[in-house]
Amino acid sequence: MPTLPDAETLLAELAAVMRPSVDPTKTALVGIHTGGVWIAERLRTMLGLIQPVGAIDVSFYRDDYSQRGLSANTKASQIPFEVEGAHIVIVDDVLNTGRTIRAAINELFDYGRPAKVDLAVLIDRGGRELPMAATYFAQATSLAAGQSLALERAVAGALSFRLVEK
Amino acid sequence: MLDTAANPQLNAHGELLHLLSIEGLPRDVLMRILDTAVPFSEVAEREVKKVPLLRGKSVFNLFFENSTRTRTTFEIAAKRLSADVINLNINTSSASKGESLLDTVDNLAAMQADMFVVRHASSGAPYLIAQHLAATQREHIRVINAGDGRHAHPTQGLLDMYTIRHYKKDFTNLTIAVVGDILHSRVARSQIHALITLGVPEVRVIAPKTLLPIGVERMGVRVFNDMKEGLRGVDVVMMLRLQNERMQGALLPSPQEYFKSYGLTPEKLALAKPDAIVMHPGPMNRGVEIDSAVADGKQAVILPQVTFGIAVRMAVMAMLGGG
Repeated sequence: MPTLPDAETLLAELAAVMRPSVDPTKTALVGIHTGGVWIAERLRTMLGLIQPVGAIDVSFYRDDYSQRGLSANTKASQIPFEVEGAHIVIVDDVLNTGRTIRAAINELFDYGRPAKVDLAVLIDRGGRELPMAATYFAQATSLAAGQSLALERAVAGALSFRLVEK
Repeated sequence: MLDTAANPQLNAHGELLHLLSIEGLPRDVLMRILDTAVPFSEVAEREVKKVPLLRGKSVFNLFFENSTRTRTTFEIAAKRLSADVINLNINTSSASKGESLLDTVDNLAAMQADMFVVRHASSGAPYLIAQHLAATQREHIRVINAGDGRHAHPTQGLLDMYTIRHYKKDFTNLTIAVVGDILHSRVARSQIHALITLGVPEVRVIAPKTLLPIGVERMGVRVFNDMKEGLRGVDVVMMLRLQNERMQGALLPSPQEYFKSYGLTPEKLALAKPDAIVMHPGPMNRGVEIDSAVADGKQAVILPQVTFGIAVRMAVMAMLGGG
């Protein structure tokens, strides 16, 4: 990857891609902890959505619990709206294997049966291990196997990516 | 005496393998359990009050001594983690036919048990089971102490800490009194170890001399025989049940006399801070250690303790059951 993607630029592009398809009175965003929640909060303002943002921590639904145990610093999930019949967009920073999204969808359905679930991410980095696709994304990028992107948020709220080498 | 110094609860990386006693657990392990219980509290708010962490695992509730609340909350916790739960009341079963504790354990292990939740009248029984499993290369089977003799009741101690943290936020500026039958109480021992480890600067015990273990001061507590003096200015009052079934001989003149000196009445509670909370592990003896006006009053958090107990037990089981 030649240059680090600019998270703020991608966020504006993602909002532009989503705008024609969202209904400000009905669409609800659910961010995946922690980066996805930051993005969802920004998108809600940019898209003028009425519904509050939900937050999901998928730790209780991960498929590697029996290998790795429960992750430390698990946060409480909060879905502050009626899931039954809702149009929900799951929001995350980077889409990779698709395993986190599977866990998030499973968790969401324990709150009710949504009418429709979409997925919005800033970056699709490929590497899928499950049949998942983003409904909306701002950039497709490929990363080396040992690399990952970590979203960070400055005190003033600006989002940025940092490249993490394993 | 069992060798508890080796601390079979922790692996070489300091991670929890079994939960046998709060004594010997470092602060960060206790805090991790309390932190982990927070998101589990939220699960109870959902349409489906269940998460899939322990799917396919078998949890055996081994109760060699009666208990309704503890067994039920462990059962609910395991079921909300999607485990299969098997309840055994052994006092009405094998033990009465003469089977030894470890034979019972071996038989249940042969049924592919993943976790034992053990309540026993003898102090050290859960340790004995954990050591037996380790000695026979079956460490993957986890043991949780649900109360052993006078020794420990760690999940009760932890749910009490969760309750205090929920209402008071920080442990390091509190004065807390544990009141009543300290001598017979495994709950009191677990509470005191937890409070000291979590950095509560002043832990008081309030009891008649006959209901205090010898050398209780060495646990790091201030001892009061006068309840009114001991309650002055406290943030949390932790009442204990008077354990008539464990008493031998005349330790007390009568329940009425006890209530007069050590029962928590609105008048005595008024000596604590105005925002003090009142806790009790249950079952309560109304009119013996606690007045109904206090038990049902605004400062009582006794029923929230029960609810928090489910989340804390889910957290412990989830921490032991994976990886």
